[in-house]
Amino acid sequence: MTDTAVRHEAPTILDTVRRVPWRAAVVYIGFALVFAFFAITQGEYFLTATNLTNIVVQAAPITVMAMGAVLVLAIGAIDLSIGSTVALAALATAVALESTGSWWIAALVGLAVGALVGAMNGFFITALRLPSFLVTLASMGLIAGLARQLTDLQSVPVLDSTFTWLFGSGTLLGLPILIWWTAVVVLVGWHVLRQRKFGAHVLAVGNNERAARVSGIKVNRVKMAVFTVSGMTAALAGILYDGRLGGARYTLGEADLMTVLAAVIVGGTALTGGKASIAGALVGSLLMSMINNGLILAGLSVSQQMIVRGAIILLAVSLSLRGKKSQ
Amino acid sequence: MSTATSTRTPLKLDGIVKRFGAVTAIQRFDLEIAPGEIVALVGDNGAGKSTLVKIISGLYQPTEGEIWINGDRAEFSDPSDARARGVEVVYQDLALADLQPVYMNLFLGRELTRGPLRILDRSRMARETQQLVDDLDIRIPSAKAQLSDLSGGQRQGIAIARATHWASGLVLMDEPTAALGVAETAKVEETILKLKERGAAVLIVSHNMEQVFRVADRVTVLRRGTQVGTRSVAETTHNELVAMITGLAS
Ligand SMILES: Nc1ncnc2c1ncn2[C@@H]1O[C@H](COP(=O)(O)OP(=O)(O)OP(=O)(O)O)[C@@H](O)[C@H]1O
Ligand SMILES: [Mg+2]
Repeated sequence: MTDTAVRHEAPTILDTVRRVPWRAAVVYIGFALVFAFFAITQGEYFLTATNLTNIVVQAAPITVMAMGAVLVLAIGAIDLSIGSTVALAALATAVALESTGSWWIAALVGLAVGALVGAMNGFFITALRLPSFLVTLASMGLIAGLARQLTDLQSVPVLDSTFTWLFGSGTLLGLPILIWWTAVVVLVGWHVLRQRKFGAHVLAVGNNERAARVSGIKVNRVKMAVFTVSGMTAALAGILYDGRLGGARYTLGEADLMTVLAAVIVGGTALTGGKASIAGALVGSLLMSMINNGLILAGLSVSQQMIVRGAIILLAVSLSLRGKKSQ
Repeated sequence: MSTATSTRTPLKLDGIVKRFGAVTAIQRFDLEIAPGEIVALVGDNGAGKSTLVKIISGLYQPTEGEIWINGDRAEFSDPSDARARGVEVVYQDLALADLQPVYMNLFLGRELTRGPLRILDRSRMARETQQLVDDLDIRIPSAKAQLSDLSGGQRQGIAIARATHWASGLVLMDEPTAALGVAETAKVEETILKLKERGAAVLIVSHNMEQVFRVADRVTVLRRGTQVGTRSVAETTHNELVAMITGLAS
């Protein structure tokens, strides 16, 4: 404060450094650093095309869920139920596939389950004006219970070859189908958030709900839609797990909530609403997948992986949330 | 039915009464505002000023009385009805989205789109915002600047610009400068006078007597829900207004 008024010289390096939007850049820098680290330490295998493709493929369900989570965080809410929705939708899809034999009916059933879960969350949040944190915490438990109940803890195989090709093992124009799913969902997410009125309304609701309301934005309708979409992206993630793993189990998606939130927050989407980045969430999701991949290559045990991953996420999240105090 | 002159009356209030249960917030209120006229609404805390603004902007419905906008009877069931009839409000506490660019705030809830896919037309919104802001002589770095990077005065300027852009002749302001410093208040007052030049009718709620004398043509006084009088600013004094507001002879 005191010296800025006196100085009128060219900006110093420090000024330039300060002006870089660090919060938005953290994910890209982090990605580059982690990439370089594994490229150097895990050399040959890490850098093979197969492994790099694998990182993107492994990230697919997280990336898909992250697109829904970006919208939820953008309205200043949170959806804790996405992990258990993955399991319920995956099981519902697998059961529907078993009984109807139709891949598209099965997929629609899964998506409908996700939409229903999301709409239910949205209803409690808008009509009863409950905090999303509490509503989705409760529905997380409820849905996890339903998923266990549905098949009595049994896993359900997915054998239909069209289904597994389309949602898991297929390749199209030389690229794994899961990369295509990732691309489509990310592009749709970007289009919705940046190019549609709906996206502008989402950001306005998250930024200043009263301003949105007096500007004629139907706030409750926006919230309902966002939670419904979040349920549906979780369901699509469940369907992709079905396709890739060839079966569904109630444990699917168990650890995904933390990974998704970490990816989205590291990617520069504000927990407080009103600010969102689709590209950041994509890179955040790839970063999480790359960390996973590199730690496995490094030969860490599962428990060691969990510790290192937790520490890295903590570091990344604190870096990306720093500097929020300026307001 | 409506004559040529009444058709051009942006706002006419006829016998407005508002009761909240047993509480009478507004006893009886009449007012006409002409195009290019600024009328100040003054009164002590709790006198009913905001209630009146909320009635005209559709947030509350009057218990009795009639609202006429541009010579037509208006019955608003919510603020979007009022907005559809070209009634715009500037709030004291800035109903803006400060993480969004200026142009998005100007078009909040009424974004422009292009093509059959109805894609947001950001460049056109930015262009029209720049034009409007230039016309009103509100100095901001850019229409694409994030709102939180602007000063309080600039932000209130944007709120007024937004109201001007969408208003078809009537702008309501509830204490638009209450949160601002001296220099910023002066700037906002300039903007309000620009609206007058453009022929808008303005109803401004203010606690600041100097401001009333600086910008208003007429002033109407509410005391505990009763409209105690309306004066031309040229023919009244500070002391008379204070006496009317407080009910004490000065
Ligand atoms: N929704 C409501 N329900 C009941 N009473 C209300 C309601 N809104 C306002 N009132 C009452 O109406 C009266 C007028 O309030 P209003 O907010 O219009 O005052 P004001 O003139 O704007 O005051 P200030 O200068 O403090 O802003 C007050 O006594 C208030 O308590
Ligand atoms: Mg008031």
